Amino acid sequence: MREWLVDLPAYSAAHLQLSLWALALAAGVSMPLGIWASRRPRLAPTVLGTAGALQTIPSLALLAFMVPLLATIGGWSARVWGIEIAAIGRGPALLALTLYGTLPILQNTVTGLAGVDPAVREAATAMGMTDRQRLWRVEFPLALPVMVAGLRTAAVWVVGTATLATAVGAPSLGHFIFSGLQTRNYATVSVGCFAAGALAIVLERTIRLVERGLARRRRGSLLGGLAALAGLALLAAVPFGSDRSGGGEAPIVIGAKNFTEQYVLAEILAGWIDREAPGASTQVLASLGSTVLFDALRADEVDVYVDYTGTLWTTVLNRRGPNPPREAMLAELRAALREQYGIEVAAALGFENAYALAMRAASARELGITRVAELARVAPQLELGTDYEFLARPEWRALTASYGLSFRATRSMDPSLMYQALARGQVDVISAFSSDGRIAALDLVVLREERGVIPPYDAVVLVGPRLARERPEILEALRRLEGTIDADAMRRLNGLVDQAGSSPRAVAREWLAD
Amino acid sequence: MIELVAVGRRYGDRIAVEDVSLQVAPGELVALVGASGSGKTTTLKMVNRLIEPTTGIVRVAGRDVSGVSGPALRRGIGYCFQQIGLFPHLSVAENVGVVPSLLGWDATRIRRRVADLLSWLELPAELGPRAPAELSGGQQQRVGIARALAGEPDVLLMDEPFGALDPITRETLQQRFQEIRRELGITTLFVTHDMVEALRLADRIAVLDHGRLVQIDAPQRLLRAPATDVVVQLLATPRRQAAALEPLLAGRA
Repeated sequence: MREWLVDLPAYSAAHLQLSLWALALAAGVSMPLGIWASRRPRLAPTVLGTAGALQTIPSLALLAFMVPLLATIGGWSARVWGIEIAAIGRGPALLALTLYGTLPILQNTVTGLAGVDPAVREAATAMGMTDRQRLWRVEFPLALPVMVAGLRTAAVWVVGTATLATAVGAPSLGHFIFSGLQTRNYATVSVGCFAAGALAIVLERTIRLVERGLARRRRGSLLGGLAALAGLALLAAVPFGSDRSGGGEAPIVIGAKNFTEQYVLAEILAGWIDREAPGASTQVLASLGSTVLFDALRADEVDVYVDYTGTLWTTVLNRRGPNPPREAMLAELRAALREQYGIEVAAALGFENAYALAMRAASARELGITRVAELARVAPQLELGTDYEFLARPEWRALTASYGLSFRATRSMDPSLMYQALARGQVDVISAFSSDGRIAALDLVVLREERGVIPPYDAVVLVGPRLARERPEILEALRRLEGTIDADAMRRLNGLVDQAGSSPRAVAREWLAD
Repeated sequence: MIELVAVGRRYGDRIAVEDVSLQVAPGELVALVGASGSGKTTTLKMVNRLIEPTTGIVRVAGRDVSGVSGPALRRGIGYCFQQIGLFPHLSVAENVGVVPSLLGWDATRIRRRVADLLSWLELPAELGPRAPAELSGGQQQRVGIARALAGEPDVLLMDEPFGALDPITRETLQQRFQEIRRELGITTLFVTHDMVEALRLADRIAVLDHGRLVQIDAPQRLLRAPATDVVVQLLATPRRQAAALEPLLAGRA
């Protein structure tokens, strides 16, 4: 637990910083837009409608959508102006959160301006104010408290939604929630939720103070609120240093997908680089989406991460048909990645984390099933639980085609819940990961797949093109990881996190000490 | 000082004001009276271009107002209306000082002018820093009149300024306003539907009916020689009230 709490200030600051920037941008966009729209009564409904429609897009989807969008814009801008735009990290998060925070401010700007007493408006004109003077001297100050109330609503939304920014690689308190959920460390999840909630309340109260100061013309409360807001902004700007060892160079960014094994491996990689290549600073960027991560590596936004041969084979190289044996696939991948992307396969760690169909040991015995081929017969009576992507993956298509599998029902869920669901009998078969510590812990069995339709999934350390080019000593250090973790070791490490509740970093440290 | 020549205003097919011609001499107060919808307010607002006439010419101090920008024109014309429309986010003093500040006066001059106006309108100086919402209705309208006069206008437009006040406050304020107006010699166009008010304050009364001017005359002449039935009817009410009060006042009750 303490392991996690060490990072709390840094993640809180990053979260606050992201939220404040998004709010500032949202206010900067929507206040002028609101003023502009309210001068054109015919356009106001269109503007509000558009902002409202953006609001209905689920926030996670909006965030995820920003990644390919920014990648496209980035590619274009790099070609046209030579300006690189990061497709993962703060960029997409900021863009999505800004869009998200726009509606309440826009709405309140329009409402606030429309709510100005017509008599006051008439008096302003009759006193000889120009349209512009009337706006700035009368309408704007009268609508300002309402606009600030909109900012307050936006603040709560944005701080809450910013937790999701973790998924696109922007550090935020969502880190605790995502990784806590994956590693079933609910204390960590609570810390993340509580911290995000506290942040939202503090920000809301501060803005409320400003709003009161404006509405009741109380200078004290206005200045107090503004000072507190400035203090928060300052606090957010303090570098708490999430990279552990200093050094003037940009830290080596180590990526991790969103499950336990990846958290542990990222910490192992970080610790390994710290030990084997002293002076290099590292930074772990965890809970990224699977394809987001490969794109980030290709674009040098992430420098090192662990991926699996089968995944790269099907989703990156787009290979179909019969799978070559393990060694052949690894060799071919190594060559293809180097040639096409300048990406180096530094090491095969020594274990596989393959997709595998798993059942409760007891029910497998009862049904007399040990192999996938035998599952086809009873599948129509069974329910399949999978992670979010499995049903859309080529492995699933290959399995159904080859074995004629057809289940009574399929259910997608969070991978951390899948094992529980199986253990409790809510589903009968799951798309498990072969290196998961829970297979043994929950008394599950993996069904043998003998036709080789599921490709091998050797864990390989990938090194991005820039790091491979510019820091050969790091690449060499990582090559020494070859064959250092076998399947039992990985299951044990995963189990330490998932069952024993250790933090990935503590587990990694223990492994490095051995 | 104010001159309307064949002025008219249409809204689509509807005629609000048609062919109104009248002049207000310097220092004179002309009351515009008539039933609701007779075009009083529209006529008044065409003088400072809050409403643009569709036909005719409006001149203020000899100048055709259509050739002057709206804001510049309005800064030289006082305006005061029933809803008052004080700026709620500004103090009483800031409200009064709005037009001088738009005219670019320096701070000292504005402060002096505001102090003078507050005292002319019998508002205690300590009300200056207060918010308008803290004032009574009568005090608010005093501020409204002070604001209208602050830019030292030669012309003042008033739209039922005392309409929402209780009778006692109304009469005191009418009295005070009349004194100030005479002292400053301000030319005033004054909309009211209260015939007694018109008879008391106006040098001349202009009667409007369905957007047309039916008679413009001094109060006595209007009473003696009403031009149409409309005028007779408008005058009937104050007459009836006076007749009803007479026996009571004579002590025969």
